[in-house]
Amino acid sequence: MKKSVIISALTIAGLTAGAALAGTMDDVKARGKLNCGVTTGLVGFASPDANGEWEGFDVGVCRAVAAAVLGDASAVEFVPTTGKTRFTALASGEIDMLARNTTWTFSRDVDLKFEFTGVNYYDGQGFMVPKDLGVGSASDLDGATVCIQTGTTTELNLADFFRSNNISYEPVPIETNSEAMQQYLAGACDVYTTDASGLAASRATFEDPDAHVVLPEIISKEPLGPLVRHGDNNWGDVVRWTLNALITAEELGVTSANIGEMSNGTNNPEINRLLGTEGTLGEMLGLDAEWAKRAISVGGNYGELFEANIGVNTPIGIARGLNSQWTDGGLIYSPPFR
Amino acid sequence: MTMHTETAAGNFRLSMLISDTRYRSYTFQLVAMVLLFGSVGYLISNLIFNLETAGLSISYEFLGEPAGYDINQRLIEYNSQSSHWRASVVGVLNTLLVAVVGCFFATIFGVIAGVLRLSNNWIIAKIMAAYVEIFRNVPVLIWILIINAIFLVSLPQPKAFKSRGGNPPEAEMFLDAFAFTGRGIYMPKPVLQGGGLLVVGVFFLSIVAMFLYRRHARNLLYSQGKDLPTFWPSVGILFAPAILSYALMAFTSELPIVLEYPALKGFNFKGGIWARGSFVALTFALAIYTGAFIAENVRAGILAISKGQTEAAASLGIRPNRIMSLVILPQALRVIIPPMISNYLNLTKNSSLAIAVGYMDITGTLGGITLNQTGRAIEAILLLMAFYLLISLSISAIMNVYNKSVAIKER
Repeated sequence: MKKSVIISALTIAGLTAGAALAGTMDDVKARGKLNCGVTTGLVGFASPDANGEWEGFDVGVCRAVAAAVLGDASAVEFVPTTGKTRFTALASGEIDMLARNTTWTFSRDVDLKFEFTGVNYYDGQGFMVPKDLGVGSASDLDGATVCIQTGTTTELNLADFFRSNNISYEPVPIETNSEAMQQYLAGACDVYTTDASGLAASRATFEDPDAHVVLPEIISKEPLGPLVRHGDNNWGDVVRWTLNALITAEELGVTSANIGEMSNGTNNPEINRLLGTEGTLGEMLGLDAEWAKRAISVGGNYGELFEANIGVNTPIGIARGLNSQWTDGGLIYSPPFR
Repeated sequence: MTMHTETAAGNFRLSMLISDTRYRSYTFQLVAMVLLFGSVGYLISNLIFNLETAGLSISYEFLGEPAGYDINQRLIEYNSQSSHWRASVVGVLNTLLVAVVGCFFATIFGVIAGVLRLSNNWIIAKIMAAYVEIFRNVPVLIWILIINAIFLVSLPQPKAFKSRGGNPPEAEMFLDAFAFTGRGIYMPKPVLQGGGLLVVGVFFLSIVAMFLYRRHARNLLYSQGKDLPTFWPSVGILFAPAILSYALMAFTSELPIVLEYPALKGFNFKGGIWARGSFVALTFALAIYTGAFIAENVRAGILAISKGQTEAAASLGIRPNRIMSLVILPQALRVIIPPMISNYLNLTKNSSLAIAVGYMDITGTLGGITLNQTGRAIEAILLLMAFYLLISLSISAIMNVYNKSVAIKER
């Protein structure tokens, strides 16, 4: 009798301890640091530079959110996650948001209880082979050994692709991108498959990139974007609209160079609303009026982030393609700031 | 509580729960129990509550859904449309394969190294000491990675076996039957034809017959002191009938067993038996690492036998290698077996590092891809724990039976 009383007392204690989980934005502000989950290292998207500073396209999103919420783009704790650990890290609250070229899928959104806050890169799964293998198309890959990162959508797409084309293959599951590259270069597998952007980024780091080709086939849709936990809509809004602010800034011609001048007020009311000189959008988010201005000032607008990290002038050399603004025939489109 | 108040009826006071040695131990045990149950209950209720707030529930329904991913090494029929449960079974079998083969080779490595470390030959003893110390003192994950990298880099890839533009190939198959490549070892596979099953059956009967003969010879030796030869008759009984039946069938109809040779087709070798590089590297690494521990157990077991035993046996004129096998080892086994059990358990549990080389064991399928694709972390991990617990307890049970059979018999 006495025992069960104590247990129920402890149970109540447990309830209150658990309830402290809600309110990610308050947690982040109280901590003074944003915990952002990124890859363990994919050049161009998220990798530490020679000084140990994280940089990349996904890192840019994390820094923009930190600047919007905390006013300091360096107040980010980057948590490297593998394809396997990323969802557990997010679900358990170890990280506040995940910006780790993660594909938006139905089951991740609905069944795993996450909230994708938009798409920052439209990707598709491709294949890379050594040039001397003489393979011109993915349908020539019958019997090939394929290196693949476990715990990703690519694993499922690969099974579907080979099944629907009725050809056989030998999967070699590997934990991280760098290990996969090592195995691929040692010849343990004939083919490496992952998102086309990841292939381009990895190929750029090879000693002799020209000895390898990315096959023309793209076998899947991979909309990559940042995500947060289900249920904390306010925090989801902050991440979603920070990303949208970066996209809108490019559309409206707001860059890191002219943002100081533009934030004195312009003739375009949408720019004024974005930069906080008109309206109360920041207040509605629970932030101050200049949140978007700070986010954009960090690494520039969406286009600037793209060009600086993965664009054609970088070793990775990805053309904008699908990731152009909708006004240029691409898919990058932000809802209006109104 | 009521029980004690009854026995001490009349002059029981509450303070006696602490001050009276008759009750004190009960009091403390009760407090300890309440604390234990309380903290476990707290953790469980906290878990359930947190799952509820995240909108998750514990459910094993995902095991019936199609897995959607492929597994390279499968001992049973499996494709990407099979269920997660079947993927787990494939993983279990892969784990058991590594564990059984690994334990087998670890025992061989360990016994050889343990005995040789006690050798009077200085060089051999020091080489074995170096082996034991190097392997025992570096983490097994590092050994797995090193050995895998050595296999991967030092052996040629399948495409090196292909001749290009008139040039002879860079690598050649061993005896035209074995190919040692960075992707694994390819070897011929025996394929049973019409009468093949008969030959295999005859061989198994021969094994039984051999053991019966040896028992007969031993009984004769113990009861009448008659020493029958055992080695050559055993060999004869083991192989003669199988070879005879094979030859008979080969002459009368078709060959009962033929070999399927691996051949280079497209990207890889096809046909034959393929021991994947990941399997070979993992098994070898686990076996040689655990072998170093077993070597120390064997050495300790042998040193535990008093020197008098060796001297007594020697004074009877028994040769040194027979002293080892007939006098020392049977007694040493009593000391060796119990720590051996824990080494086998360690090898089995260490096999969960398989994903480091891309080997799909149970941790890679159920605890890796299934967990990640379904997001059912707690369910998958609980199932995984239950599996390893079951395997470990089974190994312990089997080894304890063996331990009883070699333990000293008190009569």
